[in-house]
Amino acid sequence: MDMGPHAAFIWLSYAAVTVTVIGLILWLLADGWKQRAELAALERQGVKRRSSH
Amino acid sequence: MQTLTQRLANPTRFMELSARVLPWVTVISAILLAYGLYLSFLDSPPDYQQGQTVRIMYIHVPCAWLSMMIYGLIALSSFGLLVFRHPLADVSAKAAAPLGAAFTFLALVTGSLWGKPMWGTYWVWDARLTSVLLLFFLYLGLIALRSALEDEGAAAKLTAVLALVGVTLLPIIKFSVNWWNTLHQPSTDFTSTVDPSMRLPLLVMALAFTLMFFAMHLKAMRNEILRRRVKALRTQAVMGRDRLAPQAAE
Repeated sequence: MDMGPHAAFIWLSYAAVTVTVIGLILWLLADGWKQRAELAALERQGVKRRSSH
Repeated sequence: MQTLTQRLANPTRFMELSARVLPWVTVISAILLAYGLYLSFLDSPPDYQQGQTVRIMYIHVPCAWLSMMIYGLIALSSFGLLVFRHPLADVSAKAAAPLGAAFTFLALVTGSLWGKPMWGTYWVWDARLTSVLLLFFLYLGLIALRSALEDEGAAAKLTAVLALVGVTLLPIIKFSVNWWNTLHQPSTDFTSTVDPSMRLPLLVMALAFTLMFFAMHLKAMRNEILRRRVKALRTQAVMGRDRLAPQAAE
């Protein structure tokens, strides 16, 4: 794919978006896993939400 | 009869509903993104003036659109918190801020990378570029203000006030290219001034990015609800220990 004389600018733009979006997705997934693990650890200790039976 | 927002006011119900919706939004946005990238690189011509550099537009415009739409969502959520005290309004505003900052950053970076070959410079202090930079700082300000305050209730209200004050920036960004003589070209608003061969990839990418944001936002909101549950359980555990401690000492 020939992107012409400004290829570096085009590829850099797409790379910046790709890296940032993948970074956001990984951060969101890691945060979700962390919160679920902490919630499970608290429930193992016998601490339960008052509303959950 | 309950409205949709009233039905979603219960975080447990929101968690159930979002768990069902999230996979669909994710898959549809991924399919649209793949189609959009195919159109952007393989099924659209180079522009007669910009050449291949026009392909940066297919990611720059969606990022710029999201930078403003996400701020609008934060302002709406802030209004919902301050006026209606909707339980999920603050969760929504808090979850959207880092995403908005990221897409505004990308709008600035991709715009800069387009500007160098097209304008001969990465940056000019014209009204559009400067107002978007201010929007980026506003996002950072919202994140910083919230993390600077320990009391979550006070942080939510103060952040909401700042978000509503900052919303005045949106019309300035939108109309800056009409009000002032800027280097940045006027908005095409996806109208007929864009050739159909370039309008389609632009529209598909804008839709894909919008759905991708909604998937991220739903996930971030779910994480925030879980974080608040963890915090509540920790408080509950500490209070339980405090109640038992005097009894054990007797």
